[in-house]
Amino acid sequence: MSLNYFELFGLEPIFNIELATLESNFRKIQSESHPDRFVTASATEKLTAMQQATLANEAYLCLKSPANRAKYLLELQGITAISETNTAMPMDFLMQQMEWREATEDAVSAKDIGALDNLLAEIRLEAKSLQESLVSLLDAQKDYITATDATRKLIFIDKVSEDINRAIEQIDI
Amino acid sequence: MAYSDKVLDHYENPRNVGTLDKNDPNVGTGMVGAPACGDVMKLMIKVNDSGIIEDAKFKTYGCGSAIASSSLVTEWLKGRTIDEAYAIKNSEIAEELALPPVKIHCSVLAEDAIKAAVADIKAKQAAKETA
Repeated sequence: MSLNYFELFGLEPIFNIELATLESNFRKIQSESHPDRFVTASATEKLTAMQQATLANEAYLCLKSPANRAKYLLELQGITAISETNTAMPMDFLMQQMEWREATEDAVSAKDIGALDNLLAEIRLEAKSLQESLVSLLDAQKDYITATDATRKLIFIDKVSEDINRAIEQIDI
Repeated sequence: MAYSDKVLDHYENPRNVGTLDKNDPNVGTGMVGAPACGDVMKLMIKVNDSGIIEDAKFKTYGCGSAIASSSLVTEWLKGRTIDEAYAIKNSEIAEELALPPVKIHCSVLAEDAIKAAVADIKAKQAAKETA
């Protein structure tokens, strides 16, 4: 049986992981499976090392992002947080999303980086509070239903932050 | 990924972008979101006393296919009854816009937005009758 992402890095399958441990164990696997170490190895060994490196990359990127980590933990519980046919989100949350999007649009057309920074700070605060509630929902209460809602929200928030960051970069140029 | 000509047309010249007065008792609002990609869509319909949709506006933050799907449905909705609107299927939207499989969820979003807007106007009408 193949290892899950947490097992791969010797981590407990929880939301509140030690990021430093993730980082160092990832670097370790990366160096162990580095192609330079397999120059004289057999084709099979080369292939195994390459697969190991690819898996480690995938696992690292997944666990590093809080939203993806939560989504993955739910998957381990057999819960699909993100389904393409489930578009229902709480109304007040969607309103807030719309407002953030509209404010971003206004700030972009005014080339107002200050406003975008403020917006980003507000959104990061919201992301932080969702992440804090995910620690208790996933690790302590094991309330996977409520955790699914929080995870879905976090994915929206990541998306809007990404878009604002991109907008700031474009104005900066 | 290449967009179809119809998607590009709606994306470049979106029809009926905007909002209607959400406090108008004849206006229904549907808001939906796709967590898979973080897209948000708001669809508003204005219905006359015979249950015909007179006006439709949308605001979508998302990819080209999501914008095209919502733009297309605002065109389709005008002149239809709310029950006809409710019956619109995402497969019709996907087919009209020639959406590739990875973008089918954009048409699901548009279908769900219509259903949410119709549910909202029905709830408003029911509230008016009991008032």
